[in-house]
Amino acid sequence: MIRLENIKKVYNAGTVDAICLFDGLDLTVNDGDFISVVGSNGSGKTSLLNIICGNVAVDGGKISIDGDEITSMKDFKRYRRIGRVYQNPAMGTCPSMTILENMSLADNKGKAYGLGWGTDKKRIEGYRESLRQLNLGLEDKLGVRVGSLSGGQRQALALLMSTMTPIDFLILDEHTAALDPRTAEIIMELTDQLVKEKGLTTIMVTHNLRYATDYGNRILMMHQGKIILDQNGKEKAATKVEDLLGLFNEISIECGN
Amino acid sequence: MELLISTLEQGLIYGILGLGVYITYKILDFPDLTADGSFPLGAAVTAAIIANGGSPILAMVASIALGALAGLITGIIHVKCRVRDLLSGIITMTALYSINLRIAGMSNVPLFGKVTLFKNPLVEGTLTGALEPFSAVIVVLIVVIVFKVLMDLFLKTKAGYLLRAVGDNDTVVTSLAKDKGSVKIMGLVIANALVALSGCILCQQQRFFEIQMGTGAIVIGLAAVIIGTNLFKKMTFVKATTSVIIGSIIYKGCVAAAIQMGLDAGDMRLITAVLFLAILVAGNLFDRKGDAA
Repeated sequence: MIRLENIKKVYNAGTVDAICLFDGLDLTVNDGDFISVVGSNGSGKTSLLNIICGNVAVDGGKISIDGDEITSMKDFKRYRRIGRVYQNPAMGTCPSMTILENMSLADNKGKAYGLGWGTDKKRIEGYRESLRQLNLGLEDKLGVRVGSLSGGQRQALALLMSTMTPIDFLILDEHTAALDPRTAEIIMELTDQLVKEKGLTTIMVTHNLRYATDYGNRILMMHQGKIILDQNGKEKAATKVEDLLGLFNEISIECGN
Repeated sequence: MELLISTLEQGLIYGILGLGVYITYKILDFPDLTADGSFPLGAAVTAAIIANGGSPILAMVASIALGALAGLITGIIHVKCRVRDLLSGIITMTALYSINLRIAGMSNVPLFGKVTLFKNPLVEGTLTGALEPFSAVIVVLIVVIVFKVLMDLFLKTKAGYLLRAVGDNDTVVTSLAKDKGSVKIMGLVIANALVALSGCILCQQQRFFEIQMGTGAIVIGLAAVIIGTNLFKKMTFVKATTSVIIGSIIYKGCVAAAIQMGLDAGDMRLITAVLFLAILVAGNLFDRKGDAA
């Protein structure tokens, strides 16, 4: 369970450009939740993820995982339990290393990176099997540098890598936004499959309202640093793309654009 | 012939420096000027040990340890004090100049007649007869191969993977729940250990220490890395470490040829700079052709 309590975040504090994004944000992410977060640009979706992962420090409030406060914990320590996939497919993989080397690296998460062989030969068949399930032909390219793969292939690999070892939380930051529609569909299917298989508590930021309604058990809409919609279970299941679109238009009119 | 051998010796010795610079420049993407201080650091400590009758092996161990320490300091300045990469190296390099003087005792230390890696009973007893003129090359070759193989092996370990990952995409390292700063420091430590070792071997080979011998070390290292990696870019079966060492030999060959053509030893730095520029420009041209194809 992730709890955000009374989170405050001001960008450019102390200058004339000071922007108060969050002023007392509260959010509880329950175990097993698959939350879709939607909202316009600048509404605080990515900031929310960055605050949870520790890439951005908060100016006030408390963050805790399973009751243990992590507000001042360094980002890399938080990633022991968190996997993350970014919008940019290049962020989740090492381009000059091969697919095999990338997977070996990811497979060792949580253990020491010492002087043992980087690749465990006994694991290669397993890697190949999980790549085969992607249906992208990557299983025959273990020795290929990741930098020469397409965006979709890299993103699929990044998703696989982030969920290879036991983690509790999966953070998806518009992870299908940079992909073509067909590839996005494949990645989304794969995401859903992995989340169910591994029982991951997931937060997915997306601009795709259909993905937001089709997947997951909970939906949040954010606007100017506030959560203006939080639907769960049956209520969420009944929500359609049109409903979200309607709400979007409403808040846009309020803002005068 | 003699010139060829001495070029080969120098090329191989600076090849170790190249291996260190390869780690910082190519793997970490860190322009590490510490090399200009850690190279003579290795030489200074070697001079101090050997002038007092110490063992050449001890000198190597001490050089590696002190070079590692120099890298550690640059790393801490950069990662913990958040000083820019280039400036961190400059700070350590500047401080090392004085430290090197302290260690060596004076700006010039001759080591003639002392026991070194090249002049000792073992070498003089085994490498005799026809092998005698090649004894120094053979000794250097053994040292270079040992450290090249060690580095190749290291890059295949988990720690080696992590080192390559941090230069490639440090977000991945953070996602793996590892502190990218510590991994960078590890890279700087290993790199400067190699650079100092290179200085140690050179000091033993030329049998004197001179405080100025570090100036331009980074340029020689970079030249070796850039020549080597550009030349063998298309040949994936040649390991990067091998190409760096060959690059170093080619570079030293070019410098030797320039001096042979009548340029003065004082023009060394000018030759170095012009040659380095030529390599960079040639490398860019190569790249453009490669992109077009």
